[in-house]
Amino acid sequence: MQQTPMSPKVGLFVTCLVDMFRPEIGFATVKLLERAGCTVEVPETQTCCGQPAFNSGDNRTTREIAISTIKAFDGYQYVVGPSGSCIGMLHHYPELFDEADPWHRRALDLKARAYEISSFLVDIIGLEGLEARFSGTVTYHDSCSGLRELGIKAQPRQLLGQVEGLELNEMNESETCCGFGGTFCVKYPDISNRMVGNKTANIAASGADTLVGGDLGCLLNMAGKLKREGHDVETRHLVEILAGMCDTPAIAEPSDDRTRLAREL
Amino acid sequence: MSRAEILGNIRRGLKRGSATEAQRQAVQNRLQARAANLIPARAQLPAAEQVALFKTMAREAAADLIELDSLDEVPSVAADWLRHNRVEELVCASDATLTSLNWAGTTDIRRETRVARAGDLASLTSCFAGIAETGTLMLHSQAESPTTLNFLPDNHLVILRTSQIVGVYEEAWQRLREATGGDMPRTVNMITGPSRSADIEQKLQMGAHGPRNLVILLVRD
Amino acid sequence: MQINSPQFKQRAHEALDDANLQRALGNLKAGFPHKRAQAVARMPEFDALRDQGRDLKNHILEHLDLYLEQFEGKVIENGGHVHWCRTSDDACRTILDICRQVDARTVTKGKSMVSEEIDLNDYLQKHGIRPVETDLGEYILQLRGDHPSHIIAPAIHLNLEDVSEAFHQHHQRPKSDDPAVLMREAREMLRKQFVAADVGITGANFLVAETGSTIIVTNEGNGDLTQTLPKTHIVVTSIEKVVPTLEDMSLFLRLLARSATGQEFTVYNTLSTGPRRPDDQDGPENFHVVLVDNGRSDMVGSQFQDMLRCIRCSACMNHCPVYGAIGGHSYGWVYPGPMGSVLTPQMIGIEQAALLPNASTFCGKCEEVCPVRIPLPKLMRHWREKEFEKHLTPRTVRYGLGGWSFFARRPALYRLLSRVSNQALRMLAGRKGRINRLPMAGGWTDWRDMPAPTGKTFMQQWKDKQRTNGEDNA
Repeated sequence: MQQTPMSPKVGLFVTCLVDMFRPEIGFATVKLLERAGCTVEVPETQTCCGQPAFNSGDNRTTREIAISTIKAFDGYQYVVGPSGSCIGMLHHYPELFDEADPWHRRALDLKARAYEISSFLVDIIGLEGLEARFSGTVTYHDSCSGLRELGIKAQPRQLLGQVEGLELNEMNESETCCGFGGTFCVKYPDISNRMVGNKTANIAASGADTLVGGDLGCLLNMAGKLKREGHDVETRHLVEILAGMCDTPAIAEPSDDRTRLAREL
Repeated sequence: MSRAEILGNIRRGLKRGSATEAQRQAVQNRLQARAANLIPARAQLPAAEQVALFKTMAREAAADLIELDSLDEVPSVAADWLRHNRVEELVCASDATLTSLNWAGTTDIRRETRVARAGDLASLTSCFAGIAETGTLMLHSQAESPTTLNFLPDNHLVILRTSQIVGVYEEAWQRLREATGGDMPRTVNMITGPSRSADIEQKLQMGAHGPRNLVILLVRD
Repeated sequence: MQINSPQFKQRAHEALDDANLQRALGNLKAGFPHKRAQAVARMPEFDALRDQGRDLKNHILEHLDLYLEQFEGKVIENGGHVHWCRTSDDACRTILDICRQVDARTVTKGKSMVSEEIDLNDYLQKHGIRPVETDLGEYILQLRGDHPSHIIAPAIHLNLEDVSEAFHQHHQRPKSDDPAVLMREAREMLRKQFVAADVGITGANFLVAETGSTIIVTNEGNGDLTQTLPKTHIVVTSIEKVVPTLEDMSLFLRLLARSATGQEFTVYNTLSTGPRRPDDQDGPENFHVVLVDNGRSDMVGSQFQDMLRCIRCSACMNHCPVYGAIGGHSYGWVYPGPMGSVLTPQMIGIEQAALLPNASTFCGKCEEVCPVRIPLPKLMRHWREKEFEKHLTPRTVRYGLGGWSFFARRPALYRLLSRVSNQALRMLAGRKGRINRLPMAGGWTDWRDMPAPTGKTFMQQWKDKQRTNGEDNA
């Protein structure tokens, strides 16, 4: 049996897209982890999980990135990230090294510590009594990597079930890929577009007013399509709802960021 | 030439030359043991329930299943079915089950014993086994039961006795080995319902090339 | 068959705009996945059967030479012949020779993807022998001069009107829009062919080493008539199809029907063991098995060995959202969908087929439904590795990847790049919170908006916060 000490030290794997597009997801993840009793740190030397290289067949680069990620998260009891896809990539690291290579063992060690946030909260922490509120109907998209590589299906729904006032309306084909696929959406834009079009049709048909998911890549794709098609469905990452951090405009909605940007520049 | 190349290439892939004695033994053991793999619980039933399962599954596969109390009823029931379907002829197999039948009272049905020909409307054969798991009939070729009877006519009537029903495919194979002394007949046909195709717009149509109707005359024994 | 895989993108693009094709593909999506799910739900042991199927196939592949020798020995013992063919050419020539030995003019054919793979029809025709496809779907395609777009539902890309038109042209009958009438028409036309054929060619789903039997699995019964009526039966098949015993075959039959059409069992599962026996009244007098290699033996022991477990059920393509969007012809060769994206590069070369293993989001649905648990995404990734190693990756992707990885390996520079990109995107978005057109990212913004960053990068904000907290504590 694994013992979870009172205050496990967690390294946050931010993920590139959250870092660049929607930092709120990172902060919501931190908030949830802290509420669950964890001490959270954000290793500064982390970059990308390496998936773009891995899925392009460039294993040499992927290995280098893997080694740097393994080093960055050395010493943390857990590595948690708000993405099934990126955490799924960390789980691929052992495949990159020969079994005789010492990095193979270290990759296995990282894999054993790396969790997607909803799975961490449910499977490791056993979080209950979330004390979050959300008024509205949501529908949940199961992102592929989380679903099929990490077995994330019940966990987000269990957590959403703890949110007061939230109603879950499942869409048809919630497990069907949205067509994002990382570099896929750039390499085969028209096929990707058809897939996301099928997806938004199912989202709209669910009658929900908010689309929720656990992977920002997929959410950017679906939100971008929903907006282009003129739907008024909002899109949010799971953790924003769980952490009660829905004061920021939803993904792809108008914002007052311009003034902030002006200050920065 | 090709044979040696292909086998050589396989062995190269397996990073060995000829197989080791242990590997040969493993293969021989598997071939001789004929061990069953996982058997679905569905068909591991007492005999009576196997018959019930067979009936359910065969009907689900769109077979027409008629229950008879004895073999003697076959001629009249078969004749009734043919009359009802406006068929006046029947090509029969000539195995012991069929030759024992008394066809008195069915003179309106033209009966012949031969292989099937294009244009035949109905055939009557017996079969080797019924498999409850999926409502499947097992037939095999033999001098008295030519295979064309199973496929060419529009309607195929098959006599199956309840004692011939087994739970799963594996039991049927075992019975077949026992019955034939391990000598496989030229062909074994496992038949589950009548012919069909969904090749046009994925809409299922019955009666593609094989029989449009499969009639199982299930005789209690 | 002509190789069109290098034109995958163009073909897919056209397929997406082809309203008739899209209508036809709707039938596929509505049918197979749903039926499979129902059949699987009725078989609680299904996943355990899949495990056994995987393990058994692995055992077979480790002893493939031995099982093939055993199979060959049994076929010969039963009076049949086995021909080993290294290439498509070898196989076609062998089959032609057999046909010529019996002076064949017409051959009937059951459905066989291996015969598509070796382009047998074309070869026979060029040598004066008329092949007649008898599977309804294949027959329709042959009339139209078309090729299968799916491995078990070959005419899935067609609609009723297409079939009606083809039959009208070739049968000289009035047009009908009733599938039942069309099927009866095909039945009638083909009946004459079955009886007249000199040779019947079928494929095989499995080869049983224990008995030297080949088995075909069909719903129509065409394969049975094909192999029973002519004097000569040729089985054209491939080396990975051998299984040890009838019991082992039964395991795969349980997996196959449910994974393919969602049936409990296919209507006709027919075993052939040698030619007719001395006292048989019907059946072929000659029985030949043509064992095709065509690159398969090269896969043994390679990182693609798992692909040899494939039992050609089509579940991967039936559930693939990419296949569902573009159909099978887009892939440009014989085998479409995820299994084709692994097999095709092996058979026609990665140089020609590189676009196929890339045409996947790695959503993993194919692996999830594969009855023998082939890790299809992983195998597609292995092809991408080969592509990368051979410098076949398109230059734009290569440069993009190279640039990105330069930064990804240097955390400080990566921070800087994220910050600059973040600000640039925010600038472009203005108040809207999203971007309608982004130069260099037309692939994205042609079809959907690009959501804009909501503020500084997480790393910047985190640092700011740490600093503030630090000051507070101080």
